[in-house]
Amino acid sequence: MEETKRTESTRRRFINWVLSTSAGCLVLSLLYPATRYLIPPAVGESTAATVTLPITPDELTPNTGEIFKFGSRPGILIRTPDGELRAFEAMCTHLDCIVQYRDDVSRIWCACHNGFYDLNGTNIQGPPPRPLEQFAVNVQEDKIVISKAT
Amino acid sequence: MRTWREVAAGAGEWLEDRLGLSALGRLAEKKEVPLHRHAVWYYLGGMTLFLFAIQIATGVLLLFYYRPSAGEAYESVQFLMTEVHFGWLIRSTHAWAANLMIVALFVHLFSVFLLRAYRAPRDLTWYTGMGLFALTLAFGFTGYLLPWNQLAYFATRVGTQIVGIVPWIGDALLRVARGGDDVTGATLTRFYAIHAAVLPVVVALLMGVHVYLVQKHGMSIPAGVEREGGSKRSLPFVPSFLLRDLVGWLGALAIVAALAAYFPAELGEKADPFAPAPAGIKPEWYFMFMFQTLKYLPPHILGIEGEVIGVMAFAAAGLFLFLLPVFDRRRGKGEPNPLITWIAVGIIVYMVVLTILGYTENPTG
Repeated sequence: MEETKRTESTRRRFINWVLSTSAGCLVLSLLYPATRYLIPPAVGESTAATVTLPITPDELTPNTGEIFKFGSRPGILIRTPDGELRAFEAMCTHLDCIVQYRDDVSRIWCACHNGFYDLNGTNIQGPPPRPLEQFAVNVQEDKIVISKAT
Repeated sequence: MRTWREVAAGAGEWLEDRLGLSALGRLAEKKEVPLHRHAVWYYLGGMTLFLFAIQIATGVLLLFYYRPSAGEAYESVQFLMTEVHFGWLIRSTHAWAANLMIVALFVHLFSVFLLRAYRAPRDLTWYTGMGLFALTLAFGFTGYLLPWNQLAYFATRVGTQIVGIVPWIGDALLRVARGGDDVTGATLTRFYAIHAAVLPVVVALLMGVHVYLVQKHGMSIPAGVEREGGSKRSLPFVPSFLLRDLVGWLGALAIVAALAAYFPAELGEKADPFAPAPAGIKPEWYFMFMFQTLKYLPPHILGIEGEVIGVMAFAAAGLFLFLLPVFDRRRGKGEPNPLITWIAVGIIVYMVVLTILGYTENPTG
């Protein structure tokens, strides 16, 4: 009698274990594809290492700046008050807004949280924690060629 | 020949035999709402629910014209605002009722906070309410992007970048939130799915639990009123309280209609991923205090990036608010707890001051 009870309880435990494990596996097998589905596939990052801009060097007067496309990302080309051309990645290192050139203070400025960078892309005021990545600018005849600084 | 009245009575009986709805009626008859000097705050939950109902109705109507893609979203909203009969009214009502719903929700939340109505056994009601609050902010954040204009585009860049700050899994979360590395049309369709399908279902379920709990436990009587001998009078929920609710709802509807007519929702300029963030850019008003805080934080605090500290602090504050019933140790005895009152007042003052600064500060300073 005692023996039968113990066997039954062992069986019951085993069946419960099999059922709950199967149910757990079922839930996991449903959740896994759904979760993977929500994580977007990696699309080929823009491999652009060099871009030629659709403007000539003369079109950018001293103390101005302009946004350009560097692959799928924005860059900013500025002509310093001294006439030098410089280019940086245009995404603020704080929270990813697109920066602009402020001719009144001759600095690069992010309107979102009021962050300032100097003409070397160094973060000098406000919340940005890091400098902007600088690109190499080459002027070849009438063309401006921007490339990743090596 | 039977009269209409007899036909209606017959139909009513037929339904009653099958649904047994009179049980609900008997339940409603029993429900009483206590009356005392703080009873006015009891109307805020129902007000939020009413404004949410407006959101469902106008939201469904907007779906008939809205097109969720980067190439068409802005144009479809423009078409809706300029060509579609009453399109401007439907969209403006949706926008204004959304804002008023968040106002009602804030007042509801802080009145429950200050009156300490979250005490057991209503702690679970508070947790579900805080869940609904978070979901409502998510509604606001995802809906803001849908017209695909400049303001919304940058608000979304910043808002999703904040998700990326979370240690270890931030990058993965950022990609899931944006549907890729950048804010693009993929983000728009994602936000659309969340705004128009996921959130309504989750909110409806959680709201069901919340309202059930309110019915089960009845209205909380503030501890102060209890100490003075409890509520002397009460009001039957049906019809007296419900009719007063209705007066409030009609008033709210009139206000929403007037706001929509005199201040229609703006559309702004179409989002351009290759244009600088415009000067004076700002998020929706209910995110303004956080936005303004991020402006004031230095680049680094104790070697950690300032925005990480800021976002973590807000997350911790949110968690504290959520777990309030656990932290309020005097909750069970209904003793006064001035600390809780001061914390609530502190939070309100902080939010109000930072919001005012956000709107008055020179944006180019």
